[in-house]
Amino acid sequence: MDQLLQHLVNTLILGGTYALLGIGLTLIFGIMNVVNFTHGALYTMGAYLMYLAVTALGLGFFLALPAAILGGLVLGAAIEFVLLRPLRGSDIDTTMLVMIGAGIVLQSGTLWVFGGVAKSVPTPFPDAPLHLGPVSVSWLRLFVLGAALALIGLTYGLINRTRLGLAMRATFQDHDTAALMGVNVRLIYTATFAIGSSLAAAAGALLGPVYVVFPQMGGLAELKAFAIVILGGLGNITGAAIGGFILALAEELGAGYISSGYRDAMGFLIIIAVLAFRPTGLFARAERIG
Amino acid sequence: MRKPTLFPATMPSLTLGLGLGVGLALALASGPAGAETGPIRIGVNEPLTGPFAASGTYVVNGAKIAADEINAQGGVLGRRIELVIEDNKSNPTEAAAVAEKLITSDKTPVMMGAWGSSLTLAVMPKLADYETPMLVETSSSGKITTSGNPYVFRISPPSALEAEAFAPMVEKIGLKKVDFIVINNDWGRGAAADFAKMLKDKGVAIGLVETMDQGAQDMSAQLAKLKGSDADTIMITSAVDQLTLLFKQMSALGLKKRVITTGGSQNPDQIIAQAGGAADGTLHLTTFLPWYPEKTPNPKATAYFIEEWKKRGFQFAGVTESFRGYDGIRTIAQAIAKAGSTDAARIKAAFWSVDFTGLNGQIRFAKSGPAGRESGQSKPEIYLIRIDGGRVVMPEL
Repeated sequence: MDQLLQHLVNTLILGGTYALLGIGLTLIFGIMNVVNFTHGALYTMGAYLMYLAVTALGLGFFLALPAAILGGLVLGAAIEFVLLRPLRGSDIDTTMLVMIGAGIVLQSGTLWVFGGVAKSVPTPFPDAPLHLGPVSVSWLRLFVLGAALALIGLTYGLINRTRLGLAMRATFQDHDTAALMGVNVRLIYTATFAIGSSLAAAAGALLGPVYVVFPQMGGLAELKAFAIVILGGLGNITGAAIGGFILALAEELGAGYISSGYRDAMGFLIIIAVLAFRPTGLFARAERIG
Repeated sequence: MRKPTLFPATMPSLTLGLGLGVGLALALASGPAGAETGPIRIGVNEPLTGPFAASGTYVVNGAKIAADEINAQGGVLGRRIELVIEDNKSNPTEAAAVAEKLITSDKTPVMMGAWGSSLTLAVMPKLADYETPMLVETSSSGKITTSGNPYVFRISPPSALEAEAFAPMVEKIGLKKVDFIVINNDWGRGAAADFAKMLKDKGVAIGLVETMDQGAQDMSAQLAKLKGSDADTIMITSAVDQLTLLFKQMSALGLKKRVITTGGSQNPDQIIAQAGGAADGTLHLTTFLPWYPEKTPNPKATAYFIEEWKKRGFQFAGVTESFRGYDGIRTIAQAIAKAGSTDAARIKAAFWSVDFTGLNGQIRFAKSGPAGRESGQSKPEIYLIRIDGGRVVMPEL
């Protein structure tokens, strides 16, 4: 029982950042129809920006976090502006290849600049964990959960409560009609990619201090983000948020009660099951096509 | 969806890459006939990217110190030695491809590699195919020297040897029941099996055996399970990055048990720097004692190596890993000198007569594995150290 409680607390904490990763990716896919293979690299960049902001700039942990997220936003906007804007209208394979290339450049760039040795981000939180009965959780991880939930809420509010969000939803439904109604679709694309990227960077900036920061850290994160997006249904933001927590639960319970050797395989077993039985995701609703 | 890496080398190896290019151009210009007068090329097959990037880079940097030292003293057989360094990306498939490339394209008559046990095991069939010997500097899976591959010469201890060296300490430390958490590959699973066997013989109970994937960053599920177990000790086998994460996550879960790590890739100073107080009290089985050079088998060589390492601006934490690259290349150089030739078969035969004091003991190969196809295994020193208040100490046992 105690062990189950600990697994559930772990799930909650892991799920928050998984949800962030998934939402960023699904947003970009849903609105722009771009499979973002730089998502993992942006996650890595977020972690390195956090590391730089804390160690080199001496910003302090709580100021470094928004700085890293802002960095992700700017980087995402730059990638969209330089790479995706000229490719608008070309087929999905072309953009996919370009994004794979960009992901490799970013990953190798971090390796080149920072080297392969993992870096550790200092945090202001105490080493001793918080004990809640039989369950222990570190203050840092609690903060990460809080920050992740706040960012998810912020993104949700942005999309459902603001004019920018309205324009994004309109573009998502039909970008030609949205353009005819006066929505600046090009600007919406840049904003969408920047926001999606900043969420990946936020996940990296939050998890970098929890784990260690190294150039290949984004690889597994990206695979998990894809699993979450497929689980929740492509373009479905609520689905991605819930999908993040489901993946975390599957990993925790799979490792805890089945076999820890297959922990990272759980996500992919879920993908296979979802694709076999509900190919449009767990939370798909009936929609009109054509 | 694993991404290929564009620049396999880290920054310091960039210049090396250039050197390599020049070497290649020279080799092409001079043709096979020039091989007798040009530098003697030694293949180095290490993980410079991927989860083991840090460790592989350390080994390569140690190897370079040895090559420079040997060349400064006039080289081998009157010729310079040149390291042909390739990145196996921490991936067994790549490691085998790298070995093939080093042998067939770079014509290296002898190699060093490939850090991890799974990487080395993937390379071994290539050694037999091309009849080229390899010095194994780090891997500790028992299979490497017991599977009947006569082209393998290993200077790192197999886990069984580590377990044997640890056996006399078991009672003194007072182990009653041990759980394992190990990296999910030949190295980790092999270590868990060898240590469990030794502990059972000593009457120690064995509990859970948990595994973690080599790139995994979150082990809280496994640790939650270990927290609920009634074992008094957790034995861990993995490399430094994962150990750091484990210690941090154990402290986050309030998991306080005796911890002993094996495998010799702990880089205790990096653990101290990155895990801080979370690593306090942990015990580690290592094969090098850079903190106490005077207690090593060859204090003069150890002091020289550490000084050279610092002079090159590398982190001190890396020496527990890099000394193997240094000893590995020195072993290969002695084998070439004793062979009196750069012929692969002669070098292979000459490995059996290598005999000198390396940084972690006498390097001298004993036969291991099925008769007629024995591999060479050297028997290094093994030490138990403890991290105490951010320092490395040797516990009194």
